[in-house]
Amino acid sequence: MATQAKKTQVSMKVNGVEVDGLVEPRTLLVHFIRENLQLTGTHIGCETTHCGACTVDIDGLSVKSCTMFAVQADGSEITTIEGIANADGTLSALQEGFRQMHGLQCGFCTPGMITRAHRLLQENPDPTEEEIRFGIAGNLCRCTGYQNIVRAIQYAAAKINGTEFQEAAE
Amino acid sequence: MNDMTPTREQREAKLEGMGCKRKRVEDIRFTQGRGQYVDDVKLPGMLHGDFVRSPYAHARVKSINTEKALKVPGVLAVITAETLKTVNLAWMPTLAGDVQMVLADGKVLFQNQEVAFVVATDRYTADDGINAVEVEYEQLEPQIDPFTAMDPGAPVLREDLTGKNTGAHGPRKHHNHIFEWTVGDKDLTDAAFRKADVTIKEMISYHRTHPSPLETCQSLCSFDKIKGELTIYGTFQAPHVVRTVVALIAKIPEHKIHVIAPDIGGGFGNKVGVYPGYVCSAVASIVTGKPVKWVEDRIENLTSTSFARDYHMTTEIAATKEGKVTGLRVHVLADHGAFDACADPSKWPAGFMNIVTGSYDFPVAHLAVDGVYTNKAPGGVAYRCSFRVTEAAYCIERAMDILAQKLGMDPAELRLKNFIKAEQFPYQSALGWEYDSGDYHTAMKQMMEKVDYAGLRKEQAEKREAFRRGETREIMGLGVSFFTEIVGAGPSKNCDILGIAMFDSCEIRLHPTGSGVARVGTKSQGQGHETTWAQIIATEIGIPADDITVEEGNTDTAPYGLGTYGSRSTPVAGAAIAMAARKIKAKAQMIAAYKLEVHEDDLEWDIDGFRVKGLPEKVLGMKDICWIAYNAPPPGMEPGLEAVSYYDPPNMTYPFGAYLCVMDIDVDTGVYKVRRFYALDDCGTRINPMIIEGQVHGGLTEAFAIAMGQEIRYDDTGNVMSGSFVDFFIPTAVETPKWETDFTVTPSPHHPIGAKGVGESPNVGGVPCFSNAVNDAFSFLGSTHIQMPHDYWRNWQAAKALGVVG
Repeated sequence: MATQAKKTQVSMKVNGVEVDGLVEPRTLLVHFIRENLQLTGTHIGCETTHCGACTVDIDGLSVKSCTMFAVQADGSEITTIEGIANADGTLSALQEGFRQMHGLQCGFCTPGMITRAHRLLQENPDPTEEEIRFGIAGNLCRCTGYQNIVRAIQYAAAKINGTEFQEAAE
Repeated sequence: MNDMTPTREQREAKLEGMGCKRKRVEDIRFTQGRGQYVDDVKLPGMLHGDFVRSPYAHARVKSINTEKALKVPGVLAVITAETLKTVNLAWMPTLAGDVQMVLADGKVLFQNQEVAFVVATDRYTADDGINAVEVEYEQLEPQIDPFTAMDPGAPVLREDLTGKNTGAHGPRKHHNHIFEWTVGDKDLTDAAFRKADVTIKEMISYHRTHPSPLETCQSLCSFDKIKGELTIYGTFQAPHVVRTVVALIAKIPEHKIHVIAPDIGGGFGNKVGVYPGYVCSAVASIVTGKPVKWVEDRIENLTSTSFARDYHMTTEIAATKEGKVTGLRVHVLADHGAFDACADPSKWPAGFMNIVTGSYDFPVAHLAVDGVYTNKAPGGVAYRCSFRVTEAAYCIERAMDILAQKLGMDPAELRLKNFIKAEQFPYQSALGWEYDSGDYHTAMKQMMEKVDYAGLRKEQAEKREAFRRGETREIMGLGVSFFTEIVGAGPSKNCDILGIAMFDSCEIRLHPTGSGVARVGTKSQGQGHETTWAQIIATEIGIPADDITVEEGNTDTAPYGLGTYGSRSTPVAGAAIAMAARKIKAKAQMIAAYKLEVHEDDLEWDIDGFRVKGLPEKVLGMKDICWIAYNAPPPGMEPGLEAVSYYDPPNMTYPFGAYLCVMDIDVDTGVYKVRRFYALDDCGTRINPMIIEGQVHGGLTEAFAIAMGQEIRYDDTGNVMSGSFVDFFIPTAVETPKWETDFTVTPSPHHPIGAKGVGESPNVGGVPCFSNAVNDAFSFLGSTHIQMPHDYWRNWQAAKALGVVG
């Protein structure tokens, strides 16, 4: 039986800001982000690492924060959905793409989906549709059927690359 | 006209009214992680509650010892049925007229049933408390199979109903029987079968599944002892109904209950019902004097709150040898689990299952539904469909294919031969509905032309020959489905929830400077109401959609409405919005007539204001009218510009569509590929084509999941075998097919703007389309009907049973 244990100090850089906090060893990173840091854009959808609603970016990797302890993230650099917008506060190319292409409905998977796509476009700046579909396969969406999410990511890739967004032919 | 005067097109475009692909207002916050869902709401001093749950499907609860749990530091209370009895809440009424245990009272009746509610300072400590609660069970024989639930020796599940031979919907035949519901003329139908040239009979099962929105069910209750007021934040598709039900069962005056449904992370029917978690978080807040939050985890969601389907439909069609249908007879065995907690309008124990005659002109039909109790979770919600309509559509669309096969006819041809004709609308169905409008032949022919149906059939014939010659191990299926939905519950003459009539509402208040707010009785869970409702208003009264804020979900501010489910928002609330706007327009016209010094009849509406007939330069825009309405109204007129409308629809609306799926299946592995999926939807007037397309994509994806693998399975002792996303199929972007969408427009004649619903059509039409594709693929090998879900393993089993795999 898990029981309360002595709390541990953790510190990390989240969205460019140094933060710290006292956590139990069993505290999940997602709870530290949502409860301690009050960054509620990162969501919880399944607790089994399937749905990806809790995806954040840790040291250049997409990570599902519902199955990582906060103590494991000690000393790391994290970006959450709240850190994705452009520095001037405007929507990033991806955020704009999701809106333009109707890549979201209820919005619950959206932060994890955008955070994942943000890393995907750094890993592969000009992905094919197949690569996008494979690249976001760790993130579930119950509303959109993914087709418009794929278009949103293509839109963002084109915008970042300075090319023209072209709808794939039917 | 000088160059600065906007053209008519520019004025139209500025409104972003109906028919425009307006980008969503909601997306600004959602793309930045600034939505506010229930679990994002934090109140000072907030506690967390979580459940001790039963490991058994059927057991007597001999004792619950909370002593050790209460010693866990941070655990403040453990609520059991005994606690709830002190406030008369150990059991709660269900929407279907049954009662349901809030916490186990003497027995547990399904695995993961709620047994005790532990309240602690945080969710981790609540979990420690759960682990310290000691429950002693005595296992009882479980009843899992619905087909044997009414056997003479079947175990008694519901001891609370002992001696009650009548339930909420009439006589009960057996201790595990809930109701029998019959519709139609049995004698005439039996006669049609006696006279038929051809009949078919098949037991068509629609398996148990679950809506599983990405956000689970959750609530946060805060009872203010000083004011005697209860505030409830919750994942509610129908917040006003929650307020009224709480007032009725908790005896708190309704004006002292504040229900707030903030952003909702998908619903699909899961968030219509009332669950023990909601009740326990409210009681816990009253007991502790602190706000108490309850957040369901995914396993709890899949195993305890609201399954869908589980209908076993023995279906018979009578027909002439030319393929004209002459009668339909359906018997449904409905597995409702441990409590009848179906979320249907209260007088409809099997929802609108009597839409089962579908799109076809059946002269006679008879439907009988028997509901039974089993040791499974309660529910029976409308998972992305109007009440039991997807079951009905699956039943008739599968049966029509089976009939086509028996007659040696093409399934599309059989449908065309039996469709209700455009000139027959409004059409009275044999099972009691009045279909408002439709043009099925046009839709079907458009689909067949767009996909080159004849060419696909030719290709299939060639592939079958190649298969017979042993040149390929792949078989090709063409799934045809044509569905008629019934949405927009509903007219108060036949639709209510626990006596609450199913109207909906809108209040529009325009401000002096020409913007405004609209509050509506519905609650979006992703449908984009903040965007589309403003579009209706923009077109009706010429105020740009960007200048209208739409609010829903707060019972203190929104007018009373019945919420969002069963694709009722546009048919019912959409109408209320148009009617409220028209009240405003009528007052605006009086103001314009006064200011322009003409008779009202001399004015005509022109995009965003009134102009004098024959004098196009003499105009008064709505923005100016707003200012005048407040500050210089005509003598004798009350200042202000606002209106409320409560809309009781005269009828349902009947959207329809023609779908086609092309599927290839490898018989040696069972692996299928959806090569093509085409969906034509007719939802009447289209408010926002972008959002409609998005709804269709999403509904098709859910249909794909259900037809091809998504199932809540139980083993023989009642253990849930698919209780997490490990084994409950939710398609990813990789396996989800690409969708082609199309439309026709047949407006509803009785709806103010001619609109029908759309969100659920793709699920209703999609499931039979996928299943028909699989069945069509195997049909030439001698198979008539293969039960869903059609996952790889079952496809392989089917191939083995047909002798084409060693």
